[in-house]
Amino acid sequence: MIEIDSITKRYGDTTVVDNVSMTIAPRTITVIVGTSGSGKTTLMRMINRLVEPTSGKILIDGEPNSAIPGYELRRRIGYAIQGHGLFPHRTVGENIATVPTLLGWEKSRIDAKVKELLTLFQLDPAAFGPRYPHELSGGQQQRVGVARALAAEPNILLMDEPFGALDPVIRAKAQEDLLAIQKHFGTTIVLVTHDMEEAFHLADKIAVMDKGRIVQYAAPEEMLVNPATDFVETLIGAGERPFRLLSIGSVGEATEAGEAEGEAIAAATSQRDALSALLWAGRDALPVVGADGTRLGRVTLAGLARRAARPQ
Amino acid sequence: MKRYLPNLLRLAALIILIAFLVQPMLFEPLLKPLVQANAPAVYNQGSLLSLTLSHLATVFTATLAATIVAVGLAILVTRPIGAEFLPLSRSLVNIGQTFPPVAVLALAVPAVGFGEKPTLIALFLYGLLPIFENAMTGLSTLPPAIVEAARGTGMTAWQRLTKVEIPLALPVILAGIRLSVTISLATATIGSTVAAKTLGEVIIAGLQSNNLAFVLQGGVVVAVLAVLIYDAFSAVERVLSRRAGRV
Amino acid sequence: MRLKIDKLGVVIAALLAYGAFLAPFAQFRANRIVPGEARSILEALPAGLGAALLAFVMISIILIVLKTPTIVRLVLGLVALLVLAVLIGLSAGHLTPPENTYARVSPASGFWLLSFAFALVTADALARLKLSPFARVALLAAVAGAIAALLMSGAWDGLSILKEYGSRAETFWLEASRHVVLALGSLAAATLVGLPLGILCHRVEALRAGVLNVLNIIQTIPSIALFGLLIAPLGWIALHVPGAQAHGIRGIGAAPAFVALFLYSLLPVVANTVVGLAGVPRDANDAARGIGMTDRQRLFGVELPLAFPVILTGIRIVLVQNIGLATIAALIGGGGFGVFVFQGIGQTAMDLVLLGAVPTVALAFAAAIVLDAATELSSNKPGRAA
Repeated sequence: MIEIDSITKRYGDTTVVDNVSMTIAPRTITVIVGTSGSGKTTLMRMINRLVEPTSGKILIDGEPNSAIPGYELRRRIGYAIQGHGLFPHRTVGENIATVPTLLGWEKSRIDAKVKELLTLFQLDPAAFGPRYPHELSGGQQQRVGVARALAAEPNILLMDEPFGALDPVIRAKAQEDLLAIQKHFGTTIVLVTHDMEEAFHLADKIAVMDKGRIVQYAAPEEMLVNPATDFVETLIGAGERPFRLLSIGSVGEATEAGEAEGEAIAAATSQRDALSALLWAGRDALPVVGADGTRLGRVTLAGLARRAARPQ
Repeated sequence: MKRYLPNLLRLAALIILIAFLVQPMLFEPLLKPLVQANAPAVYNQGSLLSLTLSHLATVFTATLAATIVAVGLAILVTRPIGAEFLPLSRSLVNIGQTFPPVAVLALAVPAVGFGEKPTLIALFLYGLLPIFENAMTGLSTLPPAIVEAARGTGMTAWQRLTKVEIPLALPVILAGIRLSVTISLATATIGSTVAAKTLGEVIIAGLQSNNLAFVLQGGVVVAVLAVLIYDAFSAVERVLSRRAGRV
Repeated sequence: MRLKIDKLGVVIAALLAYGAFLAPFAQFRANRIVPGEARSILEALPAGLGAALLAFVMISIILIVLKTPTIVRLVLGLVALLVLAVLIGLSAGHLTPPENTYARVSPASGFWLLSFAFALVTADALARLKLSPFARVALLAAVAGAIAALLMSGAWDGLSILKEYGSRAETFWLEASRHVVLALGSLAAATLVGLPLGILCHRVEALRAGVLNVLNIIQTIPSIALFGLLIAPLGWIALHVPGAQAHGIRGIGAAPAFVALFLYSLLPVVANTVVGLAGVPRDANDAARGIGMTDRQRLFGVELPLAFPVILTGIRIVLVQNIGLATIAALIGGGGFGVFVFQGIGQTAMDLVLLGAVPTVALAFAAAIVLDAATELSSNKPGRAA
């Protein structure tokens, strides 16, 4: 649990973060969105004290984050940034081992951890461990960056535009990986982005920042239905609302009893993608299958249309 | 074959150089045509080998001292605590490099007298500049994402410096040392005009007695040393920067 | 207002304190080659002036240690340098016994330290002010003017270095002009040859590595050796090529020095031309081709103007390097300020060494400032990205 209590950061006369308070629940993904210069990155960097606040405090699991030296705090909190920031003079394995080495883990434990993480990120430890970062593709570098952030098994992972430098195809894959990893470790993730699509796809809760203040902090559905200000509404994009709403839920939740013809849709697919598939297939309904291939029912245009409408 | 040719040439140059320094008389027939009938063709007022060694020792001592001081200062001015010194340091480096090495040498003589000392001081002072400039550049132009990541992973200031910043800046620092050594190798010869024991003695003896063979052997030995050392540094830099991904 | 301490100021203040109170200000010698005796500020200056200078230094220390506005520091630095320059001249008159023409007075470590410290203050202020190129050149001209005025007024005539000058004024200007001709002439020749060679290397890739390697190796040959090695071929030319001698080509003297400086100058000119041309944006070249420029029009209309700042940087390197290296020419009878340096070393007359070294440094310094300003102006032309 992260409790941010009336935190403010000023540089000279400019207030970058203005009296922000919010509580981030454990084992959730919180996405902070906003335009550039809104203070979202500064707010996040105050959690691991890469930036020291001018006033206010931040409690992590009830303890003030100023209780221990900044570098010790940062060893306990994972941190992944845009452009990955891998150390070019160290191998992939050494990069992932950075924090465990700083913490003085035993070598065998470090080796095991590196192997575990590389495998988890679908990189063969024997092939990728000894390589240098510049020998990897952009997507692979990004995965190693996240793996390094997770190496010391932190409860909290901070991510600053982690997928910003990736092309759309790799980005979608990286987002799926992140969701899987979050389930696997139960990590509390705070992620900063300016991409609303990404925010709605990943977030349990979204915080919208504007001019140093949080203008709305709510679950995605709530934000779609009741945008707190015009700014939030603009950010969401009025024309996108029904589709964003559909992108939050999975086909599983929208499955109805009944039969349908055509190519089956997996239950884990987002309702938005299901709508796409229905429209493209030119059908009113398509069958839904579970992860094991069993028929669960069908998804219909009418059913999705009801779900895309403004909730009452 | 083409890839190995430069290295073969370097090896050959090194072998010939060592052979010449150990057994200079072997080369007498080659140098004989350059001198008048009764003049000596091979330097005979001292051992070429010991002059070469003392030449190298002078350059090495001065460069080592310059490296320690220059890198130390560069680290200082690139920390927050030394930031106030940065603008001045940059302009001092610019101004310092306009001082001709000969002038530095000549100005050191009134301060410390004749012999090795003014040469060492001149080489040290003149050698500081390229190393300091490169170390400062290397340490202040690290990719921001990497410096940020080093802080983010919880490294202390000291760990960041020793484990990330210096290793990444090393190729650039080495390039500075390489420049410094090359300049010093040539400048050290001028040290012989103020009685330092360097290969300059051979050249000056040649100039004074109008003996072209002396001038040639002194000059070529210094040039070959400089080329070999320059190439060795370049090779190390290439390996390091390839590893650092700064290709 | 809270007073803040300037860290650099603390270092400079320490230099000032040491220079003013512990190190000797001037040095007195009964004649030009005996070892000198040290004189502190109070001994070296007439009664009231010494105390005034110490007071001035103490006030300066306070101003420098505190965070004072940059412009105040600049003015302080310049005024202090002027004060020191005038006072060292006065001290010569004060220390030299009347009617004694053998005694020599020269600045000692304290004077140099004070000057160095105030020069640091000035340099730091200038670096922080980020003056425009024109302002820098104007400041240089003002400083040069002040030095010239001090020299003309006779304020420094009592100093040993000027006594050395006094006894060889004519040779001084002769050697000075030889020095400048050597440095500038070889630069001009190197530019005339190096520029086309650089363009050729840029166009013909096969040539590039070879030419640059050869020029690189030439740079590693120590200057005194290269000067010496050119004696023989030039001597041969003088003997065997008709008319060569009439044009001043001889084995020793200025000819080998000129050729050596020319050879050293080629690398920076050629290398910077190649780098400058390689740095011309592909877009600019494509656009030039696209609108139908011929190769020649493209070279003169697009490539060379865009590469000009880099080429100018090469010329700056050459000029500063040549001014320094021309000193060595004296060893083979080529003249220049080196004549005084090496004569001075030979006679252990340090004032004579200074007479050669100081103008060389001043010349190199002035050349660097002027060419830096020119480079900055040429790369800041409107309509061009920095």
